[in-house]
Amino acid sequence: MMVGGALSPGYRVARWGYLAFCVAAFVFLIAPILVLVPLSFNAEPYFTFTEGMLRLDPEAYSLRWYRSILDGDEWTRPLANSLIIGISATVVATVLGAAAALGLAHPAMPGRKIVTALLISPMITPVIIAGVGMFFFYSSLGLAQTHVGIILAHAVFGAPFVVITVSATLAGFDWTVMRAAANLGANPLVAFRRVQLPLILPGVISGSLFAFAASFDELVIVLFMGGLEQRTLPRQMWSGIREEISPTILAVATFLIVFALLALSTVEWLRRRGASGGQRAG
Amino acid sequence: MGPRLRAAGLALPLVAFVSVTFLGPMVNLLTKSFYDPEVADALPETMAALRDWDGQGTPSDEAFAATAREFVAARTERTLGRTANRVNRVASGMRSTIMGGSREMAEAAAVAEDAGVEMGGAFWRETMIGIDSRWGGPEPWRALRAAGQRLTARHYLKALDFERGPDGGYQRAPEAWRIYVPLFWRTFLVSLGVTLLCLVIGYPVAHMIANSPPKRANVLLLLVLLPFWTSLLVRTTSWIVLLQNQGIVNDFLVAIGLIGDDGRIAMIYNMTGTFVAMTHVLLPFLVLPLYSVMRAIPPAYMNAAVSLGATPFQALRRVYWPQTLPGVGAGCLLTFILAIGYYITPALVGGQSGQLISNMIAYHVQTSLNWGLAAALAALLLGGVTLLYVVYDRLVGIDRIGLG
Repeated sequence: MMVGGALSPGYRVARWGYLAFCVAAFVFLIAPILVLVPLSFNAEPYFTFTEGMLRLDPEAYSLRWYRSILDGDEWTRPLANSLIIGISATVVATVLGAAAALGLAHPAMPGRKIVTALLISPMITPVIIAGVGMFFFYSSLGLAQTHVGIILAHAVFGAPFVVITVSATLAGFDWTVMRAAANLGANPLVAFRRVQLPLILPGVISGSLFAFAASFDELVIVLFMGGLEQRTLPRQMWSGIREEISPTILAVATFLIVFALLALSTVEWLRRRGASGGQRAG
Repeated sequence: MGPRLRAAGLALPLVAFVSVTFLGPMVNLLTKSFYDPEVADALPETMAALRDWDGQGTPSDEAFAATAREFVAARTERTLGRTANRVNRVASGMRSTIMGGSREMAEAAAVAEDAGVEMGGAFWRETMIGIDSRWGGPEPWRALRAAGQRLTARHYLKALDFERGPDGGYQRAPEAWRIYVPLFWRTFLVSLGVTLLCLVIGYPVAHMIANSPPKRANVLLLLVLLPFWTSLLVRTTSWIVLLQNQGIVNDFLVAIGLIGDDGRIAMIYNMTGTFVAMTHVLLPFLVLPLYSVMRAIPPAYMNAAVSLGATPFQALRRVYWPQTLPGVGAGCLLTFILAIGYYITPALVGGQSGQLISNMIAYHVQTSLNWGLAAALAALLLGGVTLLYVVYDRLVGIDRIGLG
């Protein structure tokens, strides 16, 4: 919103320009994603709108690419792999990340800045560098081409997300409450469960969602370290795009867009809930 | 248990985990870039015999004998190929010299043994030079000795486009032969270009979100967050669908008659594809930090500037823009750092001309198997990124990287 008052013609032109520019920018952001959704219902094996589709002829639409996802194990195996790897990595990342965030938030934590930098470093290192380093290291340990190797790698990438989101829920936490609980006879575990856990839970959930989404979408590590047995969904899409692109990929993409929408809504919902409770994440 | 200990104890498992699964690999990577023991371990006696050689003419008879012995032994164990590959990277042509030569050396050794000839240094000097006259000059010996150095700067020199000159020293490669420095430069320019493009597009967008009523702001924010959450592969696929030759944009342009059917524009599998797709992927990373800064700017300042007689443009430039600079700096730096390490997008939509340094690193890891060079390239890139993070830390604070 520009400031009102000076409504010269030049200003009005600039304001319309600004509005048009913003609309174009939002279209640029969102249209490429949404365009895949109708195309995934194309009855023909094309990546473009057929005349029938433009006439909204029901004959031109079909579910054939969705059915072909379920044909054979070309896509179901990668989906299962992605889920196994994603969930395992998320569990590791969430447990370790939430504990670390609790420690970091404590006023008595020694060396907070350097520890934070260390814990965040996997997230901010260009993934190509981390991928190469992990590939060399894990191959020498015999962990390349195993699920375990990829899970460890994804867990270490996911943990910083949990650290950040949980730390955010603890910002401004009044630690005297914990001492009060102890004085009232609660042992540390009870105090944690009754006082801190409800507080950090939204952060834990959104952090684990971030971690899962990061693993679910991760490709560089899988490209370097994964063998045939570790093909994940992004890996299969990579082959699909590079080798022989079939419209099935559009159906898979639509599935992933729906997943993104769900994850995004959950995180936003948690954040609003946190915000209305006097806490603010992010 | 004291609170200090308890706090540290909570953080310790993740610290240990990150150290083993991430820090370990990174240290290992850096080590690989300057420590290369393979040739030294494979040919220990040769290296010992070459140690005292002055690099002129040919080395001692002893060196000839040790080399022949170790070549023949490694050949029988089928490990010579790997060693020959390593030496070949120091001086091309050495692979065939070693592999072909060693076969004849093995034959010569068998013949000599049958005839009862003593295989001393003089025998091997004569035999090796007879097999390949190059052994009579210093070049192959220099290459062997260089490849046998455990601590070496040669991967870095190669990564900076230096090559061995005829005198054995290093010099810059001729311009047409330089690969890596131009690629680093291209990566830098593309990242800079993408960052600026993201800023130009993202600034008004963030401004609009920050200055909309809450309900509308939430909807607009979702439009930025959905791409942020959508799989990179999905977004790359959609750009292929949109921009390819038979894609939607070209079809549309043909349909409205702007271009002929034979004049379809090549918008993907080249630098344009890399540029467009990267801008789309990285735009949210610039919009979100900008938005959080802009949201905190009270509109009263702009109103005050205008009521004091500034035109809206003056107010924008002199009052609003300076207040957004922390967000501009943080967002641009983050976007630039992400762009400089991009691999998947250029690999899928960049074609030949749209490849960046990360694609070259992956090539040396997976295809050429020159891991030392890959490690040196990655280390150089890491150095650059670390430098940027130091700036980021000064500007914003490293522990304040948000998730939007």
